[in-house]
Amino acid sequence: MSNQDKDGLMGWIDARLPVTRTIEKHVTKYYAPKNFNFFYVFGVLAMLVFVNQIVTGIWLTMKYVPSAEEAFRSVEYIMRDVEWGWLIRYMHSTGASMFFVVIYLHMFRALLYGSYQKPRELVWIFGMLLYLLLMAEAFMGYVLPWGQMSYWGAQVIISLFGAVPVIGEPLVEWIRGDYLISGATLNRFFALHVIALPLVLALLVFLHIVALHEVGSNNPDGIDIKKDLDENGVPRDGIPFHPYYTIGKDLVGVIIFLMVFCGIIFFFPTAGGFFLETANFEPADPLTTPENIHPVWYFGAFYSILRAMDFDLFFIEAKLLGVLTMGAAIAILFVLPWLDRSPVRSWRYKGMISRVSIVVFAVAFSILTWLGIQPVTTLNTILAQICTAIYFAFFLGMPFYTRYEKTKPVPERVTNR
Amino acid sequence: MNTMKRLIIIALVALVSGSALGYGEVRPVDNDVRDIESLQRGAQLYFENCVGCHSLEYARFNRVARDLSIPEDLFEEYLLDADRPIGDLMTIAMPEALGAQFFGTTPPDLTLVARVRGTDWIYTFLTGFYEDPIRPYGVNNALYNNVGMPHAMVNQQGLCAEAPGANGCEELVYEGSMSPEEFDLAMVDLTNFLDYMGEPVQVQRQRIGWFVMAFLSVFLVFAWLLYRELWKDVK
Repeated sequence: MSNQDKDGLMGWIDARLPVTRTIEKHVTKYYAPKNFNFFYVFGVLAMLVFVNQIVTGIWLTMKYVPSAEEAFRSVEYIMRDVEWGWLIRYMHSTGASMFFVVIYLHMFRALLYGSYQKPRELVWIFGMLLYLLLMAEAFMGYVLPWGQMSYWGAQVIISLFGAVPVIGEPLVEWIRGDYLISGATLNRFFALHVIALPLVLALLVFLHIVALHEVGSNNPDGIDIKKDLDENGVPRDGIPFHPYYTIGKDLVGVIIFLMVFCGIIFFFPTAGGFFLETANFEPADPLTTPENIHPVWYFGAFYSILRAMDFDLFFIEAKLLGVLTMGAAIAILFVLPWLDRSPVRSWRYKGMISRVSIVVFAVAFSILTWLGIQPVTTLNTILAQICTAIYFAFFLGMPFYTRYEKTKPVPERVTNR
Repeated sequence: MNTMKRLIIIALVALVSGSALGYGEVRPVDNDVRDIESLQRGAQLYFENCVGCHSLEYARFNRVARDLSIPEDLFEEYLLDADRPIGDLMTIAMPEALGAQFFGTTPPDLTLVARVRGTDWIYTFLTGFYEDPIRPYGVNNALYNNVGMPHAMVNQQGLCAEAPGANGCEELVYEGSMSPEEFDLAMVDLTNFLDYMGEPVQVQRQRIGWFVMAFLSVFLVFAWLLYRELWKDVK
């Protein structure tokens, strides 16, 4: 329907602002493959959690006091004296961890079905930038309650920048805004956490979705549904995003997710010390170091990679080597679209080496995540080193094994399995 | 690898001494934060024996009164100092420096102790005092070795002769005003009160949780039916 034909208020608006056109392009006439499986709900869930974090964050900001003297007390004030403050706080703290749960599954989905391959490289890169910023956002948010783990976790992570040659120490001081982690650090992290990073995150979410809708969604078969159009130019294997996914499949997924989410909030709000860590119920104390300092679980994999490098390599010190390796582990994800040389997208049709590699990689990543919150032991370090090697071998070997392995024939139309 | 060696030695020493002497082992406690009477008894014990040194500085008197169904006038009469407003945070008058002078360290605030240490730890600590003439106050603690704290309830428990093991105190040097069973129950009540104190909303939170889950379950059924209806034409 052409916008000029319409009368009434909508016609008036559409002549001036592309409301109907935008809704059609992105929702009612956005044709998504009909064979999405459960892995395809995590994008919507990430949006849901993002909105949850923004809304609960706004309400937390109304009562939270960003100062070293008052931060911890104000969080307990929210938990005890603010009406429904406990719920808002638990929604926010659970949301932070669940954000990473859904993002990791969302990224794993892309890995399984080759969703980063041409022409979706930009979608992947915007997604990776989102992931990177989300890590910064979560890290700074974790400092705000000003508990023991907030303080010492920040101490450990920020001191990593000290490994940079020459400018290391001044750089650390510049980030902290002080000679040690202090109220100055807390205040700037608050500013970055509540306004700077969320703004950039929102912009990137927008770009991520616009880029996706420009090229269309991938699917578990990795088939380009736009190759097979009907007489109206609609993909035969596509269905309108609304209503089939919005109030159809995704709604079911959202409710199941909410049951898990609310189950945690109402029955296990600390998730056994993983989402809200025990040591963080003690106020920050610069003079007392907690027993086992570690970042929150969602940083576990990269923290393990960092700690796995406990040896000097040539002229590079262990600490710098660790930071470089961790940086490389994140950086290599950005070039994934160019590492995969397979003629097919989905692992369903890739060769045996690819299929096994993805599983081994997922296991190694999970072990690294788990090791990240364990104390350092000789055995743990060796295990982390093995898993780190697997992590890099998966990516560095990809150009070779994806190119030379024998792939299966890809069907013409999507399958329903 | 010097630190590694040191860590291993510390771990080994802790392991050997811990298992051989029964130190450091927590004994499980079965407290119930829904038991209002137990919480009331625990609160009374706390205000009679603990609050002189240990503040509950993130919580307010009137919240305790409300949650524990203690009428405010009774609360003011029996548990509150005469000049304090009932809406106050439960801070204490003892200056930090004075506490450090008395006990070697400032007695910690206990609002969140249950969330930091857990209830088993609290119960084991409370029932873990025993006679040790070398210590400044003549007592030591089986769970928290060389703790600076005196036995605040020695008049009720009496004094335990040996470090309590897995079965608690076995032999008393002298008896207190409570029988061993009464004292044990009192410590369960006190632990219960601190459990409540760590997160006052926990009972209400779980109750609301069931309603939320029930709502979502019903919602899920209808969402599923809607999905089935919408998708029946999609082949």
